[in-house]
Amino acid sequence: MAKKNNASDKKGRKESENINWEYAAAPESTASLKFQNKYDLFINGEFVKPISGKYFKTINPANEKVLCEVAHANEKDVDSAVKAAKIAYTNVWSKLSGAERGKYIYRIARLMQERARELAIVETLDSGKTIRESRDIDIPLAANHFFYYAGWADKIQEAFPNKKMESLGVAGQIIPWNFPLLMAAWKIAPALAAGNTVVLKPAETTPLSALFLAQIIKDAELPAGVVNIITGFGDTGAAIVNHPDVDKVAFTGSTAVGKLIQKSLAGTDKKVTLELGGKSANIILEDAPIDQAVEGIVNGIFFNQGHVCCAGSRVFVQEGIAEKVIAKLKFRLDSLYIGDPIDKNTDIGAINSKEQLETIEKYIKIGKQEGAEIYQPNCEMPKTGFYCKPTLFTDVSQSHTIAQEEIFGPVVTIQTFRTIDEVIQKANNSPYGLAAGVWTDKGSRIFNLTTKLKAGVVWANTYNKFDPTSPFGGYKESGFGREGGLHGLGAYLK
Amino acid sequence: MEKIQYKPSEFYVPPIDKVGVEERVARIQTRSIKNESKAQALRLALNMIDLTTLEGKDTPGKVQQMCYKAQHLHDAYPNLPTVAAVCVYPTMVAVARKALGNSKVKIASVSTAFPSGQAPMKIKLEDTKFAVENGADEIDMVISRGKFLAGEHNFVFDEIAAIKEACKKARLKVILETGELVTLDNVRLASEIAMHAGADFIKTSTGKIQPAATMQVTYTMLCAIKDFYDRTGKMIGMKPAGGISTSKLAIHNLVMVKEVLGNAWLTNEWFRFGASSLANDVLMQILKLESGKYQSSDYFSID
Repeated sequence: MAKKNNASDKKGRKESENINWEYAAAPESTASLKFQNKYDLFINGEFVKPISGKYFKTINPANEKVLCEVAHANEKDVDSAVKAAKIAYTNVWSKLSGAERGKYIYRIARLMQERARELAIVETLDSGKTIRESRDIDIPLAANHFFYYAGWADKIQEAFPNKKMESLGVAGQIIPWNFPLLMAAWKIAPALAAGNTVVLKPAETTPLSALFLAQIIKDAELPAGVVNIITGFGDTGAAIVNHPDVDKVAFTGSTAVGKLIQKSLAGTDKKVTLELGGKSANIILEDAPIDQAVEGIVNGIFFNQGHVCCAGSRVFVQEGIAEKVIAKLKFRLDSLYIGDPIDKNTDIGAINSKEQLETIEKYIKIGKQEGAEIYQPNCEMPKTGFYCKPTLFTDVSQSHTIAQEEIFGPVVTIQTFRTIDEVIQKANNSPYGLAAGVWTDKGSRIFNLTTKLKAGVVWANTYNKFDPTSPFGGYKESGFGREGGLHGLGAYLK
Repeated sequence: MEKIQYKPSEFYVPPIDKVGVEERVARIQTRSIKNESKAQALRLALNMIDLTTLEGKDTPGKVQQMCYKAQHLHDAYPNLPTVAAVCVYPTMVAVARKALGNSKVKIASVSTAFPSGQAPMKIKLEDTKFAVENGADEIDMVISRGKFLAGEHNFVFDEIAAIKEACKKARLKVILETGELVTLDNVRLASEIAMHAGADFIKTSTGKIQPAATMQVTYTMLCAIKDFYDRTGKMIGMKPAGGISTSKLAIHNLVMVKEVLGNAWLTNEWFRFGASSLANDVLMQILKLESGKYQSSDYFSID
């Protein structure tokens, strides 16, 4: 309509501008970052070649290009890492005062802040998550975990009054690919604060940020062997879990692997915490602040491409506002930018791996076959790399596979409900119980629901908020033990 | 997109969660607008400005100068758009009309005992008629905030409807003075009342009260416009006014319009900035994109 006004007058001035405005590419510069061709294992304070002699490639899922090679540790490598950790525990770390341990942990936190930009770029290139998230969430939060637990290091006795607390020994920690550096921080920081030493294995698709953290730990001059970071696959992880000198196993990952770990630990005296899968309910009541709730659905499921154990993958909307919420959600989906995660304007980045993309696509196919109605925005997708459109399923029932199984991707199901009792029953009707969200303007409803939902975390009028001071963990098959806060510290003490 | 079932006569005022709004706005402000999209946005922003002077000490000379500036933003740089309108008091409308001649730059006039609105209805109507008769294309009215806060929403509605009638062909912008409404829930309700009562535009502030056009308030009003459009099919314009003096903030506002309402609203027919000092900052940025250097503010005429 403004086209007709768009002609310039004789002096070239325009009366009206009318444009189809799109954001130009705004990639974060990666020029300052140079990867080595090969990365070795970080054992006993040094980067050492793997005894296995094997390396594997790690790629950028945004364009499938190889970034570099990293070592594939075998049982002998694991043994040397655990031995280093045990010696460091016995001779050095367990003898240090809490205040001294705290100094080292603070130093790691500060170095992470100093190198935040570099870490954010590494994380985005290796995992496919958007630079917006790695820059604003993953890296600052990871540093905050070190700061937080550094503060507890000299206050262990005060933290657990009337108990004589002792550290455990060597902690074997296996972390997932969805928040590589953040999960490393969640695991390492409380373990060190409590006086334990660590052998940590990052996931095979995202080993790089942990190796950059290893460099930071080296630069922080942490005593040799206190933190050992070794890369590899499932066999490497199994070797850590089964090593006789490991006193504590901490695992974050899939429920299937969690079950295997618990089986193999049965009959040993190793302590274990498992943080596993989820199929969390995000509940929108009819008096909810609707635009903010729609944003909450988006943040709940599309944060980190849905690769979030506590993702709000099951949305329950009260029937009176269901039509509005769905229409608004579709409009919002249309305004999301899907593309290269290194671009500062990208909302939804790359799926972590080809394998995961296939899993997600399998579930989308099942959803269609089961008769649910699918909605995906009509947007351009990158030609190479692993990408999945944000996907909305409506007309979903409780018995649909896509409403029961964890998809771990940008796929959300919408169910409607009439009464509060009904939604509590439906939300709890899941083998998982990691998180939930409740959206309402009424405080009494929040308290009613939060006490009845069987979930480790319940967010009210927000979703996917994390803080080092707040414990995080699940009910039922979502695992046991808590990370974060005092509870997270307690998991590394006896 | 799917059409929502609606009854156009019904008010739709969902609760607003302030924390959620702040978060959404913060995310909008992390958008990185570079290169050609920045150049486009700056020209667009320039073209959306209502160049404003609303002071007791305004003189015909000042208004004349502003009208010239409105059409000749920076003649040293060709092909620039003009601003959308000049915004003056009713007594200055005739001066502006004469100065602008048949230029397409519109004349907006504040009325209804701007900025307080503390006058009887009769006076407010007279004020409006006077501005329209003197050649105003647009009327920027203020709502009776006292009545709104006292819960007399019908009074506010009726007043807007009466002024709309007095506007005849002039487009009506309704100033909510959000700094006096305090809560976002109030802003949402006042927006709804204004749109149903006949506003062509809803506008945040007079510029005389702080806070004025915060991103949170503008976001809330844009959401109200979106809901109103979804229910009635009628587009309503938006004018944040007061406090938007930098290009960066102007661009954040455009990003917000694009993401909440869509590109259809990105013209000066549907979006305006009420500002007195924004134009020169935008000009400075446009010239900087070209030359890579910032020029001294002395190279840009002040009015």
